[in-house]
Amino acid sequence: MTESFYDVMRRQGITRRSFLKFCTLTASALGLGPAFVPRIAEAMETKPRIPVLWLHGLECTCCSESFIRSAHPLAKDVVLSMISLDYDDTLMASAGQQAEAIIEETIDKYKGNYIVAVEGNPPLNEDGMYCIVGGKPFVEQLRHASEHAKAIISWGSCASHGCVQAAHPNPTRATPVHKVITDKPIIKVPGCPPIAEVMTAVVTYILTFERFPELDRQGRPKMFYSQRIHDKCYRRPHFDAGQFVEHWDDDSARKGYCLYKMGCKGPTTYNACSTIRWNAGTSFPIQSGHGCIGCSEEGFWDKGSFYDRLTTINQFGIESNADRVGMTAAGVVGAATAAHLAVSAIKRAQHKGDEK
Amino acid sequence: MSSESHISHSEPAVYVYEAPLRLWHWINALAITLLALTGYFIASPFPTLPGEASDHFLMGYLRFTHFSAGYILAIGLLFRLYWAVMGNAHARQLFLPPLFSGRFWDGVWHEIKWYAFVAREPRKYEGHNPLATLSMHFLFLWSVIFMIVTGFALYGEGTGMDSWQFQWFSAWVIPLFGQSQDVHTWHHLVMWVLVCFIIVHVYVAIREDIMSRQSMISTMISGWRMFKDNRRVDTDAE
Repeated sequence: MTESFYDVMRRQGITRRSFLKFCTLTASALGLGPAFVPRIAEAMETKPRIPVLWLHGLECTCCSESFIRSAHPLAKDVVLSMISLDYDDTLMASAGQQAEAIIEETIDKYKGNYIVAVEGNPPLNEDGMYCIVGGKPFVEQLRHASEHAKAIISWGSCASHGCVQAAHPNPTRATPVHKVITDKPIIKVPGCPPIAEVMTAVVTYILTFERFPELDRQGRPKMFYSQRIHDKCYRRPHFDAGQFVEHWDDDSARKGYCLYKMGCKGPTTYNACSTIRWNAGTSFPIQSGHGCIGCSEEGFWDKGSFYDRLTTINQFGIESNADRVGMTAAGVVGAATAAHLAVSAIKRAQHKGDEK
Repeated sequence: MSSESHISHSEPAVYVYEAPLRLWHWINALAITLLALTGYFIASPFPTLPGEASDHFLMGYLRFTHFSAGYILAIGLLFRLYWAVMGNAHARQLFLPPLFSGRFWDGVWHEIKWYAFVAREPRKYEGHNPLATLSMHFLFLWSVIFMIVTGFALYGEGTGMDSWQFQWFSAWVIPLFGQSQDVHTWHHLVMWVLVCFIIVHVYVAIREDIMSRQSMISTMISGWRMFKDNRRVDTDAE
């Protein structure tokens, strides 16, 4: 019999009191009522741990780095034991053939009952040769592991959208997971990296209810990605009032006014940074005086400067934006209209006599 | 299009634009002006205001004006669609350019020549001339529809995922463009398309009023098209 989460936690010296605290915190993080606390506790006590294969493609490991910093002191211990993390080449002790053999073992033993968590994405150019794991292209490992998986978690912007390696011109053709694996349920947890508590909460939800939390049309869990940073930003009153930082370190910056004019992408970014925050709820980019760069949004590397409000448009061969394109067009149309007016007036003056 | 055009060669005037249509035109003019101005200043806000945040609500008022004017534009367009069905034949011209009529394209070509100072005289129409029909339909109507759809998609982001604005618009428009920022950029670009349209529209309306063979500006006020000569009226479709 596989041991339950609770068994694992007790074995690691976690008290029942701490365990219940974790369940309570998780319930509130998921937006559930107090009645769900015992249900979470019961699930943790009775359910066998779900095996997880944590694959690493083209990535920077920032998702793992974030994940292991999950704020509650218990969370990192719990979560690392909560899921039966069978394979994670960054964290596991074994290496080489031993490590790769675990993937085969898990697939055989838990066919259709394990979860594949993907950090990073597969590059498809040159048959995937730009990312080799265990002597084979990563895309093959991903396809192989996903074939019998119950579901897939796309960790971070790499797996969800492509992120920096898929930014223009994307030389390796790095491709987000849902465009390679099309026949499995996929939950996207974008962000570069995603917030630690968001990651642990998603895992907890899947374990507790044995299904995905409610997803939006883009496959992101609604409970964390249904509102923009801007909607819950503590600097929002300054936006509504029309009080903006105009330059870095001006008086407005010292007063903590809205960073909209400094290119803050909060108004177009769906994430939970302004509510959950980072590093045990210590702070988040805007709180530290820098605008949001929109790291959980599709193609955020290709939307021009992080410090411009209007997106740079490169299609014209020169750097431009909507206003420059528009004003140029309006200027040309205006000038053409004025010229046409002048010619019309001259023509009319010339033919004035003809009409009678 | 309409039957009167063939009856008489000395028509003093034709009642073209009915009152609801004229009202729609001028409400639109006001709404679009407000939308373009407030929209521009939402993207590029005024210099920062001093004092407490609780003393001001500048962006709030700008955005409120933008959203209200947007609703007026959208409801206006719905009403206009209704009026295209209920109104006279001229009320349908904006929506159904006769693109498969050779005579229509011949008229477009003649208008281009007239504006290029090649043709000595424009043709005479009760409604829009063919070139105007074409630009009203493709530049104005479709731009406005685009702005309403993308506008509601952006508005839905604020009202939240369980609002009808989000479900009807944001939910499919935002993934279609990639992300919210892209929708903002396109919404902004098409604003400039409309600005260009307005420059030409106002200029041409004044120019036609002076130089064409029929009245223009007063027609959109009174509804009556006056003609300056007694020759036959041209039509744009067989």
